[in-house]
Amino acid sequence: MTATDPRPLIEAKAVTRVLPGVVPTVLVREVSLTVTGPSFVAITGPSGSGKSSLLYLLGLLDLPTTGEVVVGGRATSAMDEPERAMIRLSTLGFVFQFHFLLPEFSALHNVMLPMRALAALSDGEMRVRAEGLLDSLGLSGHGHKRPDQLSGGQRQRVAVARALANDPPLILADEPTGSLDSKASEQVFTILRDLVDRRGKTVIAVTHDLDLAARMDRRIQLVDGAVAADTGARTAVA
Amino acid sequence: MRLVFDIALTHVRARLRHTGVAVAGVATGVGFSVMMAALMQGSQDDFIRQLVNALPHISVTDERRSPPRQPAEEIFAAAQIHGLTPEARRRGIKNPLAIMAAVEAWVPGGVAPSVKVQAILRYASRDVGTSIIGIDPRREPNVSELVHQMRVGTLSALYRATNAIILGDRLAEKIGARVGANITVQTSEGANVNAQVVGLFHAGVRSIDEGTAYVLVRTGQILARQTGLVNELRMRVDDPLAARQVAERVERETGYKSVSWQEAHEDLLSTFVIRNVIMYTIVGAILLVASFGTYNIISTITHEKARDIAIMKSLGLPERTVRSIFVIEAALIGLAGGLAGFALGYLLCVALGSVEFKSPFMDANRIPLAYSAWHYLIAMAVALTSSVAAGFMPARKAARVHPVDIIRGAS
Repeated sequence: MTATDPRPLIEAKAVTRVLPGVVPTVLVREVSLTVTGPSFVAITGPSGSGKSSLLYLLGLLDLPTTGEVVVGGRATSAMDEPERAMIRLSTLGFVFQFHFLLPEFSALHNVMLPMRALAALSDGEMRVRAEGLLDSLGLSGHGHKRPDQLSGGQRQRVAVARALANDPPLILADEPTGSLDSKASEQVFTILRDLVDRRGKTVIAVTHDLDLAARMDRRIQLVDGAVAADTGARTAVA
Repeated sequence: MRLVFDIALTHVRARLRHTGVAVAGVATGVGFSVMMAALMQGSQDDFIRQLVNALPHISVTDERRSPPRQPAEEIFAAAQIHGLTPEARRRGIKNPLAIMAAVEAWVPGGVAPSVKVQAILRYASRDVGTSIIGIDPRREPNVSELVHQMRVGTLSALYRATNAIILGDRLAEKIGARVGANITVQTSEGANVNAQVVGLFHAGVRSIDEGTAYVLVRTGQILARQTGLVNELRMRVDDPLAARQVAERVERETGYKSVSWQEAHEDLLSTFVIRNVIMYTIVGAILLVASFGTYNIISTITHEKARDIAIMKSLGLPERTVRSIFVIEAALIGLAGGLAGFALGYLLCVALGSVEFKSPFMDANRIPLAYSAWHYLIAMAVALTSSVAAGFMPARKAARVHPVDIIRGAS
């Protein structure tokens, strides 16, 4: 715990997201939070409380109506789309409830995709790294299979490997175990837990499963788009 | 950029059925456009060729478009003459050799002198009015297709008998004459000559095949009862479409009436303008329909990929990259479809060209088809443009959407 980087990985400053419409819907209301790594953070709350919306805002997939998301010390609301895409590519990894792998590509190529987009490694290095990631997630020998040839749990692990492709410090997971049976879901949870404990990543996961949330380091509870409780934060522990 | 190509290729390869349908769709459009263009242009070219070859490109006769100026007009400024019957002149083009030499100096093509006489052919108690053209068999190939139109005998057979004559095949049929028959030729000048049929020709134009006969210039002059007479200069120009200009210049320089094939076929050519409009409308419509088909198929494929677009964007692939993937896919499909369409179009043309028609009224017994690289290039350009547009527009729309909107809807 002493190795904690005092600089926050990601910060939300009074972030509000309103979905425009005839009757505007407030998805996220004035949320401010700071996450420093490594940590396993759960965002919980009843359905419709804005958990996923908050995650998308943190992941720069969506733009806040007001407020500011700061990633690695850089404010993002004034950035243009290519810049935000670059931050997603290099410092954020995503795992969604549904695996969202590209159906035409093998597991290995799906994992290599973000690496190739970043183009920081040579082809050979990318392959080695992708294989290494799949191996470490218990998928050795499955690299050549396409997503439809894998089980749900395997797909989700490939998705985790893809999220780790460019070695981002922060993984954002949206109900990562939501579509899995209990065994596979336990497997994926363990992997995420290991990412925090062994690799020093920070994982922010949206979940409605309070048992899982209880096994994470910090729990942020949302009600109606606003933070209702924030327990277990490292600062509180320290 | 390699990544973009890889993804595009993988998409195209992984969905072979989709790709196949799209390529087939584009190919059908391109193929049929090519075929229609070949068909329309072919029939048009064939028609022109027949018109052009039926007559000499330009014929200069000893007539004048307006009667010669009368002395009264020279002296009295106000004199005007109506219904003038000019004094009978000695017939023939004056000094034909000098005119020919002058014309040959600048006309790109050939000139041949000839004698044209109206006569009555008499054989087996049948009389048929005919225009008889006295030609020089050695110069004739320079100005007409007669050499290639010979059905029986050759042009040089004209030298073989004293008064040899070559008849149009329909004319021969009409009077019942065959090669070797001796027929009587009578003219209004009172000449009465026995001629031997040495050949038959077929020009493919009824009026010519039914009413024209060829003799030697010398025989023609005997028939006209005027030695040394040349009353028509026939010309062939290298570019038939320039015949009108050449004819105008010859007329300006010599004063003799010179008629280009365009002038001779003015009525037919004016219907041609309409034919052209019809042709371009049809080919254009086919291209348009084909390009809509292309657009439909490719935009559907791209729409189906909206989720993949969102995924790639959420991973952090720039919008431009994602967009270019689909543009490249569309271009690949368009290109493959275009090339397949070339093959299809060519095969269709060959197939159409091999159909034979048997009709006593038609000369050409196969559908005339024009093979032109332009047809292929234009069809390909249209197919590629519509493919790329069909890939670009939906991809741009999908790439603009915030990935969340698609991810939210999917999960």
